[in-house]
Amino acid sequence: MKTLALLAVFLPLAGFALAGLPIVAGRKGHGVDRWAQLATSICVGVAALASMSLFWSVGLGHQPTSFELFTWIDSGAFEASWAIKLDALSVVMLCVVTIVSTCVHVYSIGYMSHDPAIPRFMAYLSLFTFFMLMLVTADNFVQMFFGWEGVGLASYLLIGFWYDRESANAASIKAFVVNRVGDFGFALGIFGVFMMFGSVHFDTVFAAAPDHVGDQISFLWFEGHALTILCLLLFVGAMGKSAQLGLHTWLPDAMEGPTPVSALIHAATMVTAGVFMVARLSPMFELAPAALHSVCIVGALTAIFAASVGLVQNDIKRVIAYSTCSQLGYMFFAAGVSAYSAAIFHLMTHAFFKALLFLGSGSVIHALEGEQDMRRMGGLGPKIRITYWMMMIGSLALAGIGIPFVFGLAGFYSKDIILESAFAAHSGPGAFAFWLGIAAAGMTAFYSWRLLFMTFSGHARGDHHAHEHAHESPAVMLVPLYVLAVGAVFAGVLGYEYFVGHHREAFWGAAIKVLPEHDSVEHAHHVPVWVKVLPLVVSVAGIGMSYGLYIRNPAKPAELAARFAGLYRFLLNKWWFDELYDRIFVRPSFALGMGFWKKGDAAVIDGLGADGLAANTLVAARRMSALQTGYVYHYAFAMLIGVVAFATWYFVSR
Amino acid sequence: MNAPAFSFSAALPELFLSLSGLALLLFGALTGEKSYRRVAALALIALLVAAVLVLFGAGARSVEFGGLFVVDGFGAFMKALVLLGAALGIVLSLDYNRREELERFEFPVLIVFATVGMMLMISASDLISLYLGLELQSLALYVMAAFRRDSVKSTEAGLKYFVLGALSSGMLLYGASLIYGFTGSTNFAAIAGAVSGVVKSGAPVPLGVLFGVVFVLAALAFKVSAAPFHMWTPDVYEGAPTPVTAFFAVAPKVAATALLVRVLIEPFGAIAPQWQQVVWLVAVLSMIVGAFAAIWQTNVKRLMAYSSIGHVGYALVGLVAGGPGGVSAIALYMAIYLFMNIAAFSVILGMRVQGRAVERIGDLAGLSRTHPLVAAALAVAMFAMAGIPPLAGFFSKFYIFDAAVRGGHYVLAVVGVLTSVFGAFYYLRIVKLMYFDEATETLDRPFPASLGAVLAGATLFTFFFFLAPGPLVRAANAAAASLFPG
Repeated sequence: MKTLALLAVFLPLAGFALAGLPIVAGRKGHGVDRWAQLATSICVGVAALASMSLFWSVGLGHQPTSFELFTWIDSGAFEASWAIKLDALSVVMLCVVTIVSTCVHVYSIGYMSHDPAIPRFMAYLSLFTFFMLMLVTADNFVQMFFGWEGVGLASYLLIGFWYDRESANAASIKAFVVNRVGDFGFALGIFGVFMMFGSVHFDTVFAAAPDHVGDQISFLWFEGHALTILCLLLFVGAMGKSAQLGLHTWLPDAMEGPTPVSALIHAATMVTAGVFMVARLSPMFELAPAALHSVCIVGALTAIFAASVGLVQNDIKRVIAYSTCSQLGYMFFAAGVSAYSAAIFHLMTHAFFKALLFLGSGSVIHALEGEQDMRRMGGLGPKIRITYWMMMIGSLALAGIGIPFVFGLAGFYSKDIILESAFAAHSGPGAFAFWLGIAAAGMTAFYSWRLLFMTFSGHARGDHHAHEHAHESPAVMLVPLYVLAVGAVFAGVLGYEYFVGHHREAFWGAAIKVLPEHDSVEHAHHVPVWVKVLPLVVSVAGIGMSYGLYIRNPAKPAELAARFAGLYRFLLNKWWFDELYDRIFVRPSFALGMGFWKKGDAAVIDGLGADGLAANTLVAARRMSALQTGYVYHYAFAMLIGVVAFATWYFVSR
Repeated sequence: MNAPAFSFSAALPELFLSLSGLALLLFGALTGEKSYRRVAALALIALLVAAVLVLFGAGARSVEFGGLFVVDGFGAFMKALVLLGAALGIVLSLDYNRREELERFEFPVLIVFATVGMMLMISASDLISLYLGLELQSLALYVMAAFRRDSVKSTEAGLKYFVLGALSSGMLLYGASLIYGFTGSTNFAAIAGAVSGVVKSGAPVPLGVLFGVVFVLAALAFKVSAAPFHMWTPDVYEGAPTPVTAFFAVAPKVAATALLVRVLIEPFGAIAPQWQQVVWLVAVLSMIVGAFAAIWQTNVKRLMAYSSIGHVGYALVGLVAGGPGGVSAIALYMAIYLFMNIAAFSVILGMRVQGRAVERIGDLAGLSRTHPLVAAALAVAMFAMAGIPPLAGFFSKFYIFDAAVRGGHYVLAVVGVLTSVFGAFYYLRIVKLMYFDEATETLDRPFPASLGAVLAGATLFTFFFFLAPGPLVRAANAAAASLFPG
């Protein structure tokens, strides 16, 4: 098992090194490109096989284990190791990450085939995969933080992959800076955990957590419930990485990266790290009800906010990006009502259908030679039939369509159990999340079909030439779509019993801790029938509305936009978040930085200090070099002077 | 006197290496010039075997040969470093000597004898055995510096080193005789007893002893090339053949540092407050010289000379800090210093333009275009020497400054940090040259394989040290602890 785990985690790193070596060595050419594509894909593919095998033995065989690779930091009481922790939670994540990553690697062979920097792209993808695996297999906060920062780095590099585009650079910096805010909270949380528990090891901290329920600590200017403060700080980290309301602004801009990156990092894996973190830390969050309520409310607000913005976006990738943001909100409010297992279940199914949607949209963009604006699409259905059906499957799964009590696509099971759990929590935040979630579900269906209709139906609105030449993608891009489509169709029905159904307690074991009085997933199975059916009804209504507006009466949307111009602009401009942040944070920071630079640094420090110091250093250095005359007797004289000086020192100082 | 105890097994590595050296000398003399490569290979094997013997023989502290020779954990650690440095020195010399027609079998043999001398120095527990080891080492090194005897620069380097070395030996002997005169013994343990007796009685420490310590310290400072006894270093480093310089910068430096530590701590531990004043000044001067004098250098070997002076200054900070913490920091510092230097010198040894060896710093310009891997490795070495995290060089400095601060030597720590900032200038200048400047003449390709292998190993160590610093830190701690019995 240890070998398998090492293979799963470190093969992507090997792939990164193999693909990166030729770059460092300065080699270029077709052979190098092919080598990088094959090496990374095979490494990640084998890692996926190893992960599935681990899922079999650890997840289904109920054999959680963890082993230490070696000590990393050992300084006084502070001890952290490189370790691999295998339990149901981490093997689920291992499988999700490696399977989606393999699909994306293979897809990229086709999608990026004309890019001049293929080895760099493949190397970054593999590096990202490695960091993500480090994150999910960590057995302590520090290693988790290592992976956390590592995926942030990889995300930064990949968003800015086309670094000759100004917008890509701006987006990558924005992603990095916004994540800094979250990571600051996460780091403070880790410091707090160490301060309170004297350890950063998960098992130690979780075991000690119940003894600290009553503790108070002071933070900034107030004193409060210690675990709540810690959990909230950690949650700030999760909000940054998972683009929750307030720290979400980077995610839509991150679409500047190549589409496979959006599928892997900004849909299926990295952005779900926050959800994973909350689930991993469930033994702490369970003891901090106020923190859980905050998680729930933030998640619900994000779900409705992002869904509402998604209604009116025109860039195909941005629609899916807001959809991702919204679905992450679902996962968080599930975690907030202690339905961690439902959150992870949705994380898993979402990874499949959202990666499918992104790769599908990539296929559309590929077909149109880079066009992303849906207003210039239309009528593509007959041209790229396979992509159309793949997108349809992804949208059906996202909207949660199915036949109750018979069969449904992935989202049907996972989204419904989240909503049912929120209802069954019978708490204020739970009810809040339930109703917002229902509303968001309707919007989800609406914007999904709006996307399908605008892209594939009707007549071509864009460049005629591009439309004429639209072509289906090559097999190397379609096969990953098939794999993900299989996941989008069957992941829900296959996983249901294990993740949230009868076998869930045996499946999760000690990986997720839920207090008996919080067990909303259990209650979710006993909610009234109308609660179970309502999400489906709302979704179908959303689809119907979309059909009415975009197929039956295509002039209507513009009319509505004109009539409710204020609301429309409010949504189109994403609730004015970017403008608000620009006013509150960005411009004052720029002004402050400008002041420091021009007045503080250039005038005061350089003028009085650095430049003068540098000049004096050079003079001193020249003098010192001049002492080196080359004459032996000078050297000997210097030695004697030295001895005499030291001896005299003793003579005098005594 | 005690009954003489002759336990040959204690000195097994030294005996083995001396006999190997003699056998190799004989073998070389009988088979003639063409035996160079075989002698070099055998010398390499002998050094590695000796290293294995040292590591397996490491155990409890014992004093042998009538109090002349001590075996302990500190000695084992330092000897292992010396042997590793010497072995790498031979590997690094192979390619260079072949191209420069320096393939004489005496070269590896001299390295072996110098190494024996260094091991004796490290294990010395008597002023007499100290002197013997030191001279054995030095004589071999003088010859090596002048090894290219048809070159004016090389012979000048050898002669300068010899004359100044003789002066320092004179100082050492003068100091030793003063110490003998005031304490009545040359044995470390006996000296320690006499000195601590005086200190305990509350009487002032005799001036003669202090003078003796100053002279011995000056002589050893010469050997480690600490300021103000450093002035031979740039000239010798520049003049000597480059493989010799590489060897000088590593093995003798480690051995002399170890000797300095042992001499100051074992016999004179009781008057540490007195000698620390001198070491303090030597450390500060060395750090300053290392940081400033290197700035205007154009020759890369001279640059490395000043760099090594600076590094010795940092290591001596650990001596001022004192105690097991300080010594452990020194041991660690020397170990990491060894790897960084080996990496830098394996690049310098490979610097050639159209077959001829070059050594101007400017020759490195544009290296990242022609030799991206080599440039990256040298950049790692330079960043490490400048002490930039997370490379190994950061940790070695960190432990030193940590020890200084714990010992309350804030001024020293501040000076150390400031001089590292100034020193960073010339390390980073090399990186700038390699990555941002255009080459006038590009260096030859391909880079020699043997150098590349050593470079890769040393770079990987420097780069990945932070992942698992534990084993080496623990070894250094254990080594330091063995110097402080009880």
